[in-house]
Amino acid sequence: MKKFLSTHGRTLALAAVLVPLLGLLVYVALRSGPLAPVPVTLVTVENRAVTPALYGIGTVEAHYTHKIGPTFAGRLRRVDVQSGDRVKAGQLLGEMDPVDLDDRIAAQTAALKHADANILAVKAQSQEAGVRNSFAEVQAKRYEQLLSIRSVSEENTEAKRQELQVTQSVLSAARANLDASRQEFSRLRSEREGLIRQRANLRLVSPVDGVVSRRDMDPGTTVVAGQSVIEVIEPGTVWINVRFDQQRAVGLKNGLPAKITLRSRADEPLAGQVSRVELHADPVTEEILAKIEFKLLPQTLPPLGELAEVTVALPVQKPMPVVPNASVQRVDRQLGVWIVEGDLLRFAPVKTGVTDLDGRVQIVEGLSGGERVVVYSQKALKSGSRIKIVKRVMGKSS
Amino acid sequence: MISLAGRDILHAWGKFVFTGIGLGLLIGATFTMAGVYRGMVDDAKVMLDNSGADLWVVQQDTLGPYAEPSSIYDDTYRSILGISGVARAANVTYLIMQVRQEERDVRVLVTGVTADGPGTPGWPPYLVAGRQITRSHYEAVADIATGFKLGDRLHIRRNQYTVVGLTRRMVSSSGDPMVFIPLKDAQEAQFLKDNDAIVRSRARTAQNPALNRPGVPGLLDAVITSQSTNPYVNAVLVQLEAGHSSEDVAESIRRWKRLKVYDRAQMENILVGKLIATSARQIGMFMMILTIVSAAIVAFIIYTLTMGKIREIAVLKLIGTRNRTIAAMIMQQAVALGLIGFVVGKITATLWGPFFPKHVLLEPLDAVIGLIAVVVICILSSIIAIRAALKVDPAEAIGG
Repeated sequence: MKKFLSTHGRTLALAAVLVPLLGLLVYVALRSGPLAPVPVTLVTVENRAVTPALYGIGTVEAHYTHKIGPTFAGRLRRVDVQSGDRVKAGQLLGEMDPVDLDDRIAAQTAALKHADANILAVKAQSQEAGVRNSFAEVQAKRYEQLLSIRSVSEENTEAKRQELQVTQSVLSAARANLDASRQEFSRLRSEREGLIRQRANLRLVSPVDGVVSRRDMDPGTTVVAGQSVIEVIEPGTVWINVRFDQQRAVGLKNGLPAKITLRSRADEPLAGQVSRVELHADPVTEEILAKIEFKLLPQTLPPLGELAEVTVALPVQKPMPVVPNASVQRVDRQLGVWIVEGDLLRFAPVKTGVTDLDGRVQIVEGLSGGERVVVYSQKALKSGSRIKIVKRVMGKSS
Repeated sequence: MISLAGRDILHAWGKFVFTGIGLGLLIGATFTMAGVYRGMVDDAKVMLDNSGADLWVVQQDTLGPYAEPSSIYDDTYRSILGISGVARAANVTYLIMQVRQEERDVRVLVTGVTADGPGTPGWPPYLVAGRQITRSHYEAVADIATGFKLGDRLHIRRNQYTVVGLTRRMVSSSGDPMVFIPLKDAQEAQFLKDNDAIVRSRARTAQNPALNRPGVPGLLDAVITSQSTNPYVNAVLVQLEAGHSSEDVAESIRRWKRLKVYDRAQMENILVGKLIATSARQIGMFMMILTIVSAAIVAFIIYTLTMGKIREIAVLKLIGTRNRTIAAMIMQQAVALGLIGFVVGKITATLWGPFFPKHVLLEPLDAVIGLIAVVVICILSSIIAIRAALKVDPAEAIGG
């Protein structure tokens, strides 16, 4: 074989292997490592209006939740409703065990009857005293006349006067007695009414037309004062109690339109609007609280406590230079963007304004529109980095 | 003047070139090993660079947040902001976990970042696609090493996150790619147990008579609520105002806030000196062995090549060639072989480097050191061959 290749030919063959090898070396040295240019993509800064939006998550809640329970400690006698039942205002939902309350009411009723009879007796006594008194009056008057014509003795007349005074006193006593009896009667009646009221207080009654949302206790359970036995909500008044991060909640106010995405129905967002921004923010979680009303309540109500994502649309801003948020970087403690002029990189500090949810940032200061800025880069850029402008930056993690 | 070495190489150029390429693959492996080591150190450094912090404030007496667990209250940052010299302070959480996406799962470092905006400490400093997080929940920016694409839905605990942006070279010190999610979600993810565990824990709390007292309605609910919140973060990242030295600010945080503070140099020391120290030494050891093996193989090859043409050398000696010429020929051949090996090694290491699962960093300085080492090793190993060649008896050219 050596015969076929002359010295010249072998040199050529060797060169044919070595030269491409060297070429490849130069190529890999320049195309990888710190000497390689950084692929970047650019975007032209344009003046446009952004529609900022707020994003928060919250839970489905009812406007008012009526927690119905006893005002005294006691044992639960019965609960008539189940969770999900519709109830009317005033409907009896359950009852506490009255213990001796019914007996006490019966005793009071008897006492009341007794007092009533007593009044009649005292009234009769009073009438009798009245009759005696009238008779004594007549007698006394007659004796006075007789005394004036000297037909009776002074002593007899004095006796009749005294008789009259006695009957007057008896009458007063009888009247006072009657009054006392009447007072006693009304006292007993009030006491009985109080007991009846207490008895009524043991009945758990719905204050509104609504739906039973919880039944926390079952009959036989001892319940302390203030503990909730049944919870009733008004189904028409469901809203979302949503929390927005304070740092992002710029411009949140009542009446803004919102999009509600319930966790169980992620594919069908519902329309809503901000009904109230709470005056108290949460200082611990650094969130602002707001209530979002449904424009149209869904056919099947979402369960209370379900998680919902809420996007509140804010008013459209006036046109300003806008860049993608990926191009905003912090270099040497300054926020800015990399502007490409020709082949050169220049870092321009900027002041940013509002951001929309698609990641467009308003540039309040530092750009005027029309500049070409770096969006994506394969490495962190430094001033003086060599760059190569490409359509898209991806690639292996080398 | 005719180059003896050149003539000899041309004589059997195929054998020579293939030997060089074989040697080159071995050198390429050594370079890759060095690249793996550099990559590990670089992983640690880029993680610090990417966090954008000047100071790391962590729990007292810990080496957190990367080397040791650290947890501090999530409102600590407010008091740190009040310290003079602090420009920005932001909470951050780190959690290594398997993130599910449909059938597969990827080991990632989930990083929780505050909702402030790009440029905040902890945020990815640059992207390769998509956008930064704009919603304060359920969005994620993932590293492309995770294999996720824009629009993918990830499962972290029970929540789904949409990938809105991609980064590159955002990795933990152990090389796991990072996924950035909003802080509140990350705090929840760090703490949140599976639903079964939550139900069991509620039942357990309800069975505790001290926490479920009949006379105190609402106590149980309050206890359960307090059990299922997480007011902790792993660290506060601090950026300094211009003109303030990191020692001064660190000292005042250390002194008045009773927390541990690390600056960039100390953090790097912890990561490189403590976290990856053993694995780095492991790789360093392996690289040493590989270098020795390469040197031995180079010596062998040159020795065998020389011994293969011992008869020709004897002839050269016979015709009165000077020893220096023969030595130069062997040495030149050895160096040429080494150079081919170096070139092939460099090219192969660069080409297969990107296919490694973890970062392989080939630094130009390493290449230069490698080149010098290869040449020196070739010269040294050629000495054995030269000694053998010079000892040959010219009579062998004619004899047996």
